[in-house]
Amino acid sequence: MNALSSSLGQGAYSTLPPTLTERLAKWLQWPAAIALMLGALYLVFVIYTTGQAAWAVGLLALFGAGFYVYLSRGGFAWRYLFPGVAGMLVFIAFPLVYTAQIGFTNYSSTHLLSESRVREYLLEQRDAVEDQVLGYSLHASGAEYRLALRAPQDGSPEAAPHWVSPPLALRAGKELRVELAAADAAAPPLNAALPLPELIQHREALAGLVLALPDASAPFRELRYLGLREFGPVKPLWTANADGSLTRALDAAVFKPNRDTGFFESASGEVLQPGFKAFIGVANYARMLVDAEFRGPFLSIFSWTVVFSALTVVFATAIGMLFAVMLNWEGMRFRTTYRTLLFLPYAVPGFISILVFKGLFNQNFGEINAILDALFGVKPAWFADPLLAKTMLLIVNVWLGYPYIMILCSGLLKAIPADLYEASALAGASPFTNFFKITAPLIIKPLAPLLVSAFAFNFNNFVLIALLTDGRPDFLSTKLPAGQTDILVSYTYRIAFKDSGSDFGLAAAISTLIFFLVAALSLINLRLSAKAQK
Amino acid sequence: MAIVLGKQARWRTFAAHAVMWVFIAITLFPLLAVVSISLRPGNFATGSLIPTEISLEHWQLALGIPYQAADGSLVQPPFPVLTWLWNSIKIATASAFLIVAISTTAAYAFARMKFRFDRQVLNGMLLLQMFPPVLALVAIYAIFETIGTYVPALGIETHAGLVLAYLGGIATHVWTIKGYFETIPVEIEENAKVDGATHWQAFSRVLLPMAIPILMVVFVLAFIGTIIEYPVASILLREEGNLTLAVGSKYFLHDQRFLWGDFAAAAVLSGLPITLVFLLAQRWIVSGLTAGGVKG
Repeated sequence: MNALSSSLGQGAYSTLPPTLTERLAKWLQWPAAIALMLGALYLVFVIYTTGQAAWAVGLLALFGAGFYVYLSRGGFAWRYLFPGVAGMLVFIAFPLVYTAQIGFTNYSSTHLLSESRVREYLLEQRDAVEDQVLGYSLHASGAEYRLALRAPQDGSPEAAPHWVSPPLALRAGKELRVELAAADAAAPPLNAALPLPELIQHREALAGLVLALPDASAPFRELRYLGLREFGPVKPLWTANADGSLTRALDAAVFKPNRDTGFFESASGEVLQPGFKAFIGVANYARMLVDAEFRGPFLSIFSWTVVFSALTVVFATAIGMLFAVMLNWEGMRFRTTYRTLLFLPYAVPGFISILVFKGLFNQNFGEINAILDALFGVKPAWFADPLLAKTMLLIVNVWLGYPYIMILCSGLLKAIPADLYEASALAGASPFTNFFKITAPLIIKPLAPLLVSAFAFNFNNFVLIALLTDGRPDFLSTKLPAGQTDILVSYTYRIAFKDSGSDFGLAAAISTLIFFLVAALSLINLRLSAKAQK
Repeated sequence: MAIVLGKQARWRTFAAHAVMWVFIAITLFPLLAVVSISLRPGNFATGSLIPTEISLEHWQLALGIPYQAADGSLVQPPFPVLTWLWNSIKIATASAFLIVAISTTAAYAFARMKFRFDRQVLNGMLLLQMFPPVLALVAIYAIFETIGTYVPALGIETHAGLVLAYLGGIATHVWTIKGYFETIPVEIEENAKVDGATHWQAFSRVLLPMAIPILMVVFVLAFIGTIIEYPVASILLREEGNLTLAVGSKYFLHDQRFLWGDFAAAAVLSGLPITLVFLLAQRWIVSGLTAGGVKG
């Protein structure tokens, strides 16, 4: 960076000679840039060769932009902007776009891989040729090992082998091709065969061996590991056809990729696992509207999300504003202490206070029920009863949220000119009149956009739900598990990462829906802030 | 205000204080309860909120020291709390450093340079920030799975990958720093340039030293923001030894294994420093709040 900019910005007024590090940086500038460029190109190339062309192009664009910004003479400001803007584009903008794209696919635990990867996987499946299987034994030979193979009719490992391998180091990892030689009766006999427990230790290395028989004309020349007792020739289960379909070696049935369902399917309707990622259009969205079994819980989760965020904002605003007004009242003593104490819920990390409430509300061990039991003799089931669970969420969320509103209101109250209250005091107005005729109308305008963003925040308040109730109690008899206290984001998390088969596509479709709601809320927010500034 | 106070006013003050006290009691109850629970023997609620008998067993376990129970058996710590704390601090420090670095340079460009589409780029960044990462978890997971197949050091289950994922959240920080830069007279840097400083030198040797207070504030904000982050960390980290505190803490309160006392000690141990830092930074946080930030 230093050298780059000094080569550009050095003006006629430069007096200091370049320091050693500056000169060094100047010399190393191009070699370093070229080395980086080669590294980047190599990475792009590797990704491209594994069939991920879209990712490779995206990465190439990112690297290209980076090198252009730092090596060209134009776009000076972008040298400062690039890391930040790239971070936002890659980790915020791109995930949003990618989510929307996933929403149109069937990406899920049964459709994890791309079509080409599934085809590769199937083509790698092999089966042993039954009547050509050979028995083997492994013999130590110094630090290395020799394999001895014999035909099944030869019987026990003590029988003379047909073929033996040269000494092998037997390291697990890469595939290794080994030429076998016919056993020589005159050669010194092999050491005793390794017992089974030791053989098991070499299993991985043996699995990587490809043994070639010396007879080049044999129909099945290559032998592969089949088990702890046998090596034998294998034949692939599938052969690829030019049109992308696969033929099963067993019965010559042709399986064509069905790009609507994401499976390889035969004409008779037989389906192969695993499925592949396929573009399925608006099917995920149609599910939200058409599928009655899914729509029921989805709509009630949606309405609970709205109710939850709205009630949180209403209660938090009521309490926060009340205390802001009280703390703003000069007749009140100890105001700073009160303010700090009331601010505490905001300062304690959310994940800790939410979990503290989870413990306090516990039906049997929790302190809240202990108190309620002592006072009224009741032990409400805070986590099992839907209505109580929702009430608890609201209580906790208001506890977490009111200090924020209080701080906002305190700031806004300070801006109200004091002479308004003086005038109203002369007229003998009560504090309530003061509040509703002077305070509220004056702060509602600047407060409105902030309340909208608080609403948007709670609309996506995943952490609260995930840590407090995890969406439970669940709706009974739904196809996809859905919780009565789930809000939309926690529901998508559950669909994608929890018990219900990881349906990433459906989760992404719901997320996309939330994007639009958030965008709408942001728009309202901007409108209201513009109005407040007038 | 020169207002004549009536007889009513004294009652009003009294009532206001009473309301305050009641509400402060409700607010502080959970926080005080958790401190008391951490000092109470056993993992179950047994009567009084003010512990009659003080036991340090939960604190020992939270600090990773096995505890000798009354019946002679040795209780092992249920979870590696200190490892989690260390993971959290490591990740938060690295993220905060990088976030400060890239938002400072970006803020410098916005505050001091004129370039095409500058307003649009800034507004675009602020607009993007309104979409929390929790909405794109599926994509973030898929992205890091793909990254991991080519660069394993940045994939799922790596702390470096998580730090990388946090680098997107800079827009509000850029805005804060830009605001501060604009309060520093540009003439100082121009003088430096007249004396032969390059652009980069004017930025790094003249402007940055004057902006250290705001950089520290942004560092603290970014640090707290990442240390309390839950959703992204919960999908990228799964193995017990790898977790951050925010992800790991919930395992204390599993339905079948409810370690209430152990949790309380761990919560106080990890929550207290974060809370103190937050209270110290409160002054700046509050001024930043009105600029549109929401607690994450």
